[in-house]
Amino acid sequence: MRQLYKHHLFWPVAILFSLLLFNFIYSPDFFSIVVRDGKLYGSLIDILNFGAPLMLVSIGMTLVIATKGIDLSVGSIVAIAGALSCLIISRGNDQNTLSLVLSAMGMALLLSLFLGLWNGLLVAKAGIQPIIATLILMVAGRGIAQLITSGQIITVNSPKYAFIGTGALAALPVSVFVVALMLAIALLLTRKSALGLFIEAVGCNPEASRLSGIRSVMVLMLVYVFCGLCAGIAGLLVSSNVSSADGNNAGLWYELDAILAVVIGGTSLNGGRFYLIGTIIGALIIQTLTTTIYMIGIPPEITLVVKACVVLIVCLIQSETFRKTLVHRWNTRHYTAEREATSHVNQ
Amino acid sequence: MSINRKYVPIVVTTSLFLLMFIAGSFRYNGFFSPQVLLNLLIDNAFLLIVAVGMSFVIISGGIDLSVGAVIALTTMISASLVQQLNWSPIIVIPLVLLIGALLGCGMGAIIHYFKIQPFIVTLAGMFLARGLCYVISIQTITIDNPFYTAMAQTKIRLPGGSFISISVIIALVVVAAAIYIAHYTSFGRNVYAIGGSEQSALLMGLPVAKTKILVYTLSGLCSALAGVVFTFYMLSGYGLHAVGMELDTIAAVVIGGTLLTGGVGYIVGTFFGVMIQGIIQTIISFEGTLSSWWTKIVIGLLLCLFILLQKVLSARQAIFKS
Repeated sequence: MRQLYKHHLFWPVAILFSLLLFNFIYSPDFFSIVVRDGKLYGSLIDILNFGAPLMLVSIGMTLVIATKGIDLSVGSIVAIAGALSCLIISRGNDQNTLSLVLSAMGMALLLSLFLGLWNGLLVAKAGIQPIIATLILMVAGRGIAQLITSGQIITVNSPKYAFIGTGALAALPVSVFVVALMLAIALLLTRKSALGLFIEAVGCNPEASRLSGIRSVMVLMLVYVFCGLCAGIAGLLVSSNVSSADGNNAGLWYELDAILAVVIGGTSLNGGRFYLIGTIIGALIIQTLTTTIYMIGIPPEITLVVKACVVLIVCLIQSETFRKTLVHRWNTRHYTAEREATSHVNQ
Repeated sequence: MSINRKYVPIVVTTSLFLLMFIAGSFRYNGFFSPQVLLNLLIDNAFLLIVAVGMSFVIISGGIDLSVGAVIALTTMISASLVQQLNWSPIIVIPLVLLIGALLGCGMGAIIHYFKIQPFIVTLAGMFLARGLCYVISIQTITIDNPFYTAMAQTKIRLPGGSFISISVIIALVVVAAAIYIAHYTSFGRNVYAIGGSEQSALLMGLPVAKTKILVYTLSGLCSALAGVVFTFYMLSGYGLHAVGMELDTIAAVVIGGTLLTGGVGYIVGTFFGVMIQGIIQTIISFEGTLSSWWTKIVIGLLLCLFILLQKVLSARQAIFKS
């Protein structure tokens, strides 16, 4: 029992279950799933489908945060990728040809890889703090997305493109398989090869890991490129789901949701360890929370406030100082000089 | 000619500003006039005020991502109180300033006492403030209160036929006060000391806790004041006002020569940083064919350039010392 309680997935899973339980009590048909035209429909399926972009972005964000970094530009990359692929498809003669759709998606993913590389270069090569380096793309990226869409909302009429966002494969949404694929790749790379260890090492101490023979710069770049790719795929899912691209609002505030998912999943913002499965559960919690807020009739505008409070509370719980305050064990691990100085300050 | 090393970034910023102004004057008709310069102030008064608050935060080694959202929240609260509840501006303005300062104070306290990174706390603050805007209303609330319209439309004539607005005077007073606080008070010196090394400042017996919390309070107050000025400028409250203002502000501070690592920077530099952004916007609007989205891209690139310049300068300084 104690082992179960100590497991790093215990709290995320417990939160998810209590949310689902609340929904079950509030409205029992929350769990009903019906089959129509070979597709499954129901609130749970919706959570999986609408949560897919967030899960993708969060997978990339987890690896970035594991290196003690942060990527604020994911929302902008989501918008740019969606905008570019919709632009290319809308320019085509026949919007439904497979080659056009594939090349549009390929171009968008290539661009998002490049944007990830840009972030990586700034962080790893130029040594700029990740928060500032990615802030550049967060705001400049919205400009780029609007430049691509010329400030309009581009709509496309292409069932083939809509397939990845709304289609079904073996009765489940396609997006679920996309997430599963990316998660599998991330898990294989980090848990079955030494890369995961390298990422954690760089997160703990980049200089020490460089001296011990890890190519820190390479690892950092790789992580940001992967995060860019994940955000790009998420952008395709988002734009394909609504068959349109909106440079202003697509992927708006994905940064907070992704950081929130990662933090709820148990990954520390101080870097050095990460839990991909925890992140996925964290993303599911956020999506369930959003669905719940809609369902019980609280105005959806409050979602942002609730999320901000949740992220703050989770960060406080993770903060060692805060936990110590709670258990009334002040100053146990402070240095003597620091204690004297702080006690002087507090007087 | 030798310039003191610590003034190099400011000299670069000021020359860049002059260069852009001269280039603009040669390229476009009607660019070379005092009114164009004064318009820079009129259109960027709110940015100047936020940037001053942000300068203190960055000099202390922190960052404040909530400024844009606090501006939006201020416009929203002012608009809803003045317009929908018919409160007097004399009560509303001090109230919103207090709310801004309290928000900043709360974030500062969390950052200091619980040792959470500033960016995550202020990011949460940013979403909280934006969320509160939406709670008040999703729509734009237009203000037609006589006091606000008077503040927006009053033009103060200057000799030579040009004019400035009341917002400009508020902004200039803030800048002057900030220069005094930064360089002639013990609070200002404490901020620089903490930015240089928090551990050393602590060991020296400086009031680190008080100073750090005050810095974020000051930034919150400046954001709220900028929000008031922004309300004069836009005459409306809207949850999506000032989206992306965080980058503009950080860019202005960094272009002004303040080091992101803290401990080094001048308010005067920030002033010219804001002016450079203003002149980019002016040039893009004079050009006519470029769309306004280019502004964001150019500012992003310029910010990137200046950060790299800082890296080079501080790297050379390190070699110089050793």
